[in-house]
Amino acid sequence: MKKPRLTRPVLLDVRDITRLYGPAKGCEAIDFQLHAGEVLGIVGESGSGKSTLLRVLAGLEAPDSGNVIYRRHAGQTVLDEDLSENADAALDLYAIGEARRRALLRLEWGLVHQNPRDGLRMGVSAGANIGEQLMAQGQRHYGQLRATGQEWMRQVELDPSRIDDAPRTFSGGMQQRLQIARTLVTQPRLVFMDEPTGGLDVSVQARLLDMLRTLVRQLGLSVVLVTHDLAVARLLAHRLMVMRRGQVVETGLTDQILDDPQHEYTQLLVSSVLTP
Amino acid sequence: MNGYNFAYLDEQTKRMIRRGLLKAVAIPGYQVPFGGREMPMPYGWGTGGVQLTASILGADDILKVIDQGADDTTNAVSIRHFFQRVAGVETTTATIAADVIQTRHRIPETPLRSGQILVFQVPIPEPLRFIEPSEQETRLMHALEEYGVMHVKLYEDIARYGHIATTYAYPVKVDDRYVMDPSPIPKFDNPKLNDSPALMLFGAGREKRLYAIPPYTRVESLDFEDHPFEIQSWEENCALCGSDHSYLDEVITDDKGGRMFVCSDTDYCQTRRGEVA
Repeated sequence: MKKPRLTRPVLLDVRDITRLYGPAKGCEAIDFQLHAGEVLGIVGESGSGKSTLLRVLAGLEAPDSGNVIYRRHAGQTVLDEDLSENADAALDLYAIGEARRRALLRLEWGLVHQNPRDGLRMGVSAGANIGEQLMAQGQRHYGQLRATGQEWMRQVELDPSRIDDAPRTFSGGMQQRLQIARTLVTQPRLVFMDEPTGGLDVSVQARLLDMLRTLVRQLGLSVVLVTHDLAVARLLAHRLMVMRRGQVVETGLTDQILDDPQHEYTQLLVSSVLTP
Repeated sequence: MNGYNFAYLDEQTKRMIRRGLLKAVAIPGYQVPFGGREMPMPYGWGTGGVQLTASILGADDILKVIDQGADDTTNAVSIRHFFQRVAGVETTTATIAADVIQTRHRIPETPLRSGQILVFQVPIPEPLRFIEPSEQETRLMHALEEYGVMHVKLYEDIARYGHIATTYAYPVKVDDRYVMDPSPIPKFDNPKLNDSPALMLFGAGREKRLYAIPPYTRVESLDFEDHPFEIQSWEENCALCGSDHSYLDEVITDDKGGRMFVCSDTDYCQTRRGEVA
């Protein structure tokens, strides 16, 4: 009898990452593995090193020491020939060179910024924003690009008739949804999100979270999610890492950590949540 | 020669620019930085083109200078006089007779021949500048061939106007590698860049960049499959020579709505009129 595979393959292997701007400023000795299809939440207060860690993981900033290793698995690779040559290989993110790193970020990974202005081109239309990565991959058919753009606007609950409007005419929540569409249109395998609901009011937040949860499940995304909001973590993340002063103080399943925190800092964090 | 070195620039500067030109020819479409000199004319009047012309001009060469296709407009006349004075070279208005043609924003209608050199004056050499202000980043984008944003601009044109509305400085891909700004020539002239028997040199004086298209190089204009590249066309013919396939300028003739369309290339127009008469 064929047994189902219980452990999912490891997608991202993070080994002893340190990136310090000063003593206890940044992140130190971080070790973890992310499995395919998993949503990992990183929580902690402001200045705890969450965003630094995310920048290192997402290939935007080289660590002082340690490795980020991306394992790809046959049959799941995208277009790029250079990358698919050794489809099964483990890629050390900071050893493969800038050209291949940028290609990897463009083709197989996605990054959602906290502020949609950082992730969008504010001067060009919503459709061009969604289509940019596709054009970078070589799509040269205007009609198809436009159809894909409208399809993705529907997916993220934006009105497809606004495809020619500039993002600056959109509200904050709509901009964030547009940024998510722009990121997911290339069907990345791994997505990094930095406070995707920051700066939005609660009702908009709730709808965005609901949408994100649906998309993550439908597309089978692996996600590293940085947030300071425990409610967001509870809703999206399967597993949590709690950070404080650049170090991981506790890891575990989301419900386990939020319902039965062991470390004193996690206990403080969980008890500080306001309930109306 | 009025106390100037031949063609105004000192020999060391000319050698420096020629070295840059060799590199530019070796890597078609790649922007080579060079130590641009102050020229006795303001930036924006063709200081880049003038420096290139000064560096490649030989004593026996015949020079032609055009401005928007015309030999008799301010920029063309002043640059032609400049080289007459500082280099003493023979000048001409006939495209066929010229060895070196310095041009501001047109390629002559008369087909160029092997051995001719066309020197373009370029205001902004970087085609990615409109979307990426950082020079460091644009150089990296060229190095890694990250040209997706070029199509974003064309996409925006179609989304807004229903067709690609870029009419000049229309981006091209040279030898299937570098995306290049062909200087503000009308896109009407883009097909003449492809597989041309003449050498094309581009000089940007303010930005201090030069680049080149060697003879017989493939130059493609960027486009979409369902919105292919097209050149301008006119319903009228030239009012002077009757040409139906040259680039036409609209000229206002009075204040009562009178107008006429004439060839922007004056040499081409005059030659045709001479033949007809």
